Amino acid sequence: MTIDAHTPAEPAAAAAADDPAYRFISPARTWAMVIRYVYLLKGSWPRLVELVYWPTVQMLMWGFLALYLSEQSGYFATIGSVFIGSVLLWDILFRGQLGFSLSFMEEMWARNMGHLMMTPLRPLEFASALMVMSVIRLAIGLIPVTLMAIAFFGFNLWSLGLALVAFFCNLFLTSWSIGLLVSGLILRYGLGAESLAWSLMFLLLPLACVYYPVDVLPAWLQWISLSLPPTYVFEGMRALLMDGVFRGDLMVWSLLLNLVWFAVGLFAFLRFFDAARDAGSLLQLGE
Amino acid sequence: MEGGAGPVGRTGNPAISVRGLLKRYGAVTAVGGIDFDIAKGSVTGLLGGNGAGKTTTIAMLMGLVLPSAGSIRVLGTDMLRDRHKVLHRMNFESPYVDMPMRLTVKQNLTVFGRLYGVAHLKDRIAETAEALDLTHLLNRPCGKLSAGQKTRVSLAKALINRPELLLLDEPTASLDPDTADWVRSHLEHYKAERGATILLASHNMPEVERLCDRVLMMKTGGIVDDGSPADLVARYGRATLEDVFLDVARGRGKAAEDRAEEAFAEGGTQ
Repeated sequence: MTIDAHTPAEPAAAAAADDPAYRFISPARTWAMVIRYVYLLKGSWPRLVELVYWPTVQMLMWGFLALYLSEQSGYFATIGSVFIGSVLLWDILFRGQLGFSLSFMEEMWARNMGHLMMTPLRPLEFASALMVMSVIRLAIGLIPVTLMAIAFFGFNLWSLGLALVAFFCNLFLTSWSIGLLVSGLILRYGLGAESLAWSLMFLLLPLACVYYPVDVLPAWLQWISLSLPPTYVFEGMRALLMDGVFRGDLMVWSLLLNLVWFAVGLFAFLRFFDAARDAGSLLQLGE
Repeated sequence: MEGGAGPVGRTGNPAISVRGLLKRYGAVTAVGGIDFDIAKGSVTGLLGGNGAGKTTTIAMLMGLVLPSAGSIRVLGTDMLRDRHKVLHRMNFESPYVDMPMRLTVKQNLTVFGRLYGVAHLKDRIAETAEALDLTHLLNRPCGKLSAGQKTRVSLAKALINRPELLLLDEPTASLDPDTADWVRSHLEHYKAERGATILLASHNMPEVERLCDRVLMMKTGGIVDDGSPADLVARYGRATLEDVFLDVARGRGKAAEDRAEEAFAEGGTQ
């Protein structure tokens, strides 16, 4: 594309262009974006309430159902905690992705993408800030709910210890992969694709076997399920809560699949970003 | 205004150098293979009617839009390959691109200052706010400002990193004459103080005549004329730049130029 018909760059300009702060990925610019979203949350109590509201409603609804089931005799008595565990881990997955995508959509709603992308902010730094925000938003929403689960239902998610760290890491990686893909689609196709942020993750609800074991699925669907990183997390959670066994192998499988998914998500985000630049839509992103 | 960019291709180390810049959206050509250089320290106006290709050209200069062909060097850097190395030395202002409405003026300036890697940011924000009469508005959300105040905030954002190159897209659109005059004065002051290069897309002819030492006239994606405002007015045999603009927009440019040449040949003054 480049037609080299230019005079060489001036030495001073070349030196300024070689400033390392602008040559590489910068944590400072990532942090600047995190600050931008923290300002937004601090200045808007409805946004803060929304972070806690839905996880609370979910926990209460499914928690009382689990309580009812646990009062029954036999097998049902053992699955109450598994049910609540599934609800909480699903919420980590769903809210993690939503935290990523909603922070991204704040820029779309504010029509701020043009301003941001003419600063030295790189797409990777932007994506990193969205990942940090997904953790912050999830923490704001989920920590009170896990405490509520202890108080109301005697289920202590934190007692899972190191296993919980493995679950968290894998679920976050998946949520970021989906978040990157959804954000890329919105970047390219505008807010018309916004509904994907709310709906795409729900495709994983039946396929990743959140509430039931993989072998419930027909054989052909099991293959699809086993290609999804969260499937191994939910299987691992059931193994831990029902059999008292931490399945490290399942976490490794989940991590390996997540690395592939994350690479695909990142690649898609960067490609959609370039496609948006090609289509000239960064300055006028909207419907 | 003193100084000025030379004509296309004659400048030594231009702030902006564009060759064969082309942008197509499917079958539509938005910018049709243009060449120009912008001299350092100059103020250049990009004039043309709606759809002439001004905004697309500016967006390509910033790297927001990918060209279909051609090359762009800004401050000596290849924008298609290394734009992130030079973006901290330039900035942009347009009343059509909002600042985040829910953040206060100070929060917005803090975020953008950090993105641009501005040193001693608190001092710089205070300095910029004072220069643009925004100090009393620093804690107000941008969404609660008047159009004139928003423009000043947008300008503060554009100047926060003391850019060497400032790209402006109709910077005084929708402002009352007093505020618009104030903004122009501030731009003149900034240019004089920093020796910055300014590229300005505008429909406001008096503004262009006041600020610019060179004008690139665009029409249907091409550059159809190039010169200082006074040169263009003389060459087209018109009284004002607005008349020249109308000649170009309505396809009378060539006829007017012929008239001017005939008059010149007959010994008349233009």
